[in-house]
Amino acid sequence: MLRVLAVACGLSASVAGGALGENGRAISERQIQRVMRQSFAGASPPWLQRLQPDATMAQCSTWHNKPPGNVADEIKAREYKSIRYPADRNFIGSWKRGEKLAQSGYGLRFTDDSAKRPNGGNCYACHQLSPQEVSFGTIGVSLKGYGKLHKTDTTAQIVYEKIYNSQSAVACSLMPRFGTNGILSIDDIRDLVAYLLDPESPVNK
Amino acid sequence: MECYRLAGTGKTGALWLAVAVAWLLLGQPSVAQLAPRGVDETDRGLETFRNMMKSDPWANPGNLDVDRGAELWKAKRGKRKVSLEGCDLGKGPGVVDGAFAELPRYFADAGQVMDLESRVLWCMETVQGLDMTAFLKKPHPSGGQPVGDLGAIATYVASRSSGLTFAATLEHPREKLAVAMGEAIFNRRSGPFDFSCASCHGSQGKRIRRQGLAFLSLPEEARTVVGEWPAYRVSATHVMTLQHRLYDCFWQMRLPPLRLGSPASIALTAYLVSKANGGPISAPGLKR
Repeated sequence: MLRVLAVACGLSASVAGGALGENGRAISERQIQRVMRQSFAGASPPWLQRLQPDATMAQCSTWHNKPPGNVADEIKAREYKSIRYPADRNFIGSWKRGEKLAQSGYGLRFTDDSAKRPNGGNCYACHQLSPQEVSFGTIGVSLKGYGKLHKTDTTAQIVYEKIYNSQSAVACSLMPRFGTNGILSIDDIRDLVAYLLDPESPVNK
Repeated sequence: MECYRLAGTGKTGALWLAVAVAWLLLGQPSVAQLAPRGVDETDRGLETFRNMMKSDPWANPGNLDVDRGAELWKAKRGKRKVSLEGCDLGKGPGVVDGAFAELPRYFADAGQVMDLESRVLWCMETVQGLDMTAFLKKPHPSGGQPVGDLGAIATYVASRSSGLTFAATLEHPREKLAVAMGEAIFNRRSGPFDFSCASCHGSQGKRIRRQGLAFLSLPEEARTVVGEWPAYRVSATHVMTLQHRLYDCFWQMRLPPLRLGSPASIALTAYLVSKANGGPISAPGLKR
């Protein structure tokens, strides 16, 4: 379930988006909201809601994703609290299902229907994973051989938390908060943890 | 659907289509060597294909829409049964040559800043008296369908600035406001994926899947790509306009459908052109 973004409205009085235009002209959040409402007129209320940043997104936009230390700490603490864990504390699912999720970019676009096809994680858009897949992006770090390189007792939980809410680890990370924002389920995230860590996963071959 | 996904492991049809088109158009047996074998070879093959198309100006299918747009520009249409030769694109009624290079700009008659497509739309509605309501409900072509009349006209107008450089003044207070608004929207994160334009276009040397990404806030990079729109998109087999490209970005960002000619689309275009100013115009371009 998408987190309700009402918290963001508290920031509406401030200058948004770091948008002191280069010519020194300040754009207010109120002006942006008016432009966005006009530009996406006709969209239903839940879709219009998507145009409204929550508190974390608003802070990241203001700082162009490079928040100072105190803001970064505030973001990380807030985001960490949103993480939900599997009841059995088992963080490792099926790497085979994880691979499908890593390949799929389906879900949550206005042409997508989650009843027909589940949301993907689209990991390959930004990360290298299996050496067999040459169509990978470079916005995120390479995760090739990740499970061979990271083998401590707490690795699975750390990876789970990073996928569930990337900003609990790195404030203003460009990576979606997959669990917190309701893109992927707890089981989906466990499968992705397995894709990264299972010795049988192609990521580690 | 990973529409940005090019030719990776041979699972995708785009490269094969590209090879087939190049074969048909150019009759070069050597294109068979473009078959993907690995990362570098695939990149080199695509680059070879693009260069072959660009080196032959008649090989770009977007030129068909340039011709169609030129005919539509001259055609007497709408309630008033007049052509668009009475349309002022900023350099006086009917002046097409070089007009695109100076857009977006503030138009006093419309009371707003307009980019190429919103200006042509305004002229179709106001000068010709065409009813564009139905068109605006689905303004962009699906894969395999030709670009609409508005897109064809825009492609024609843009082509008449090809060879020039972007020279939008952006000095009017309303133009400055549009650029600043565009910058704010460019950097504004929202939606379930937390994306802003800068998520993909905010640093140098990055790729999404196999597709290279331009750092659009950096003039050197903006100048290399902005002037290619409208462009013929090989993977979609139609001309895609900049308004359509922005709509597609918002779709991929998990945001609602961006209205053609909306203030956000014009502001973003003004911001992009402010960065691309001085860069070459080569419309219609040719894209993956």
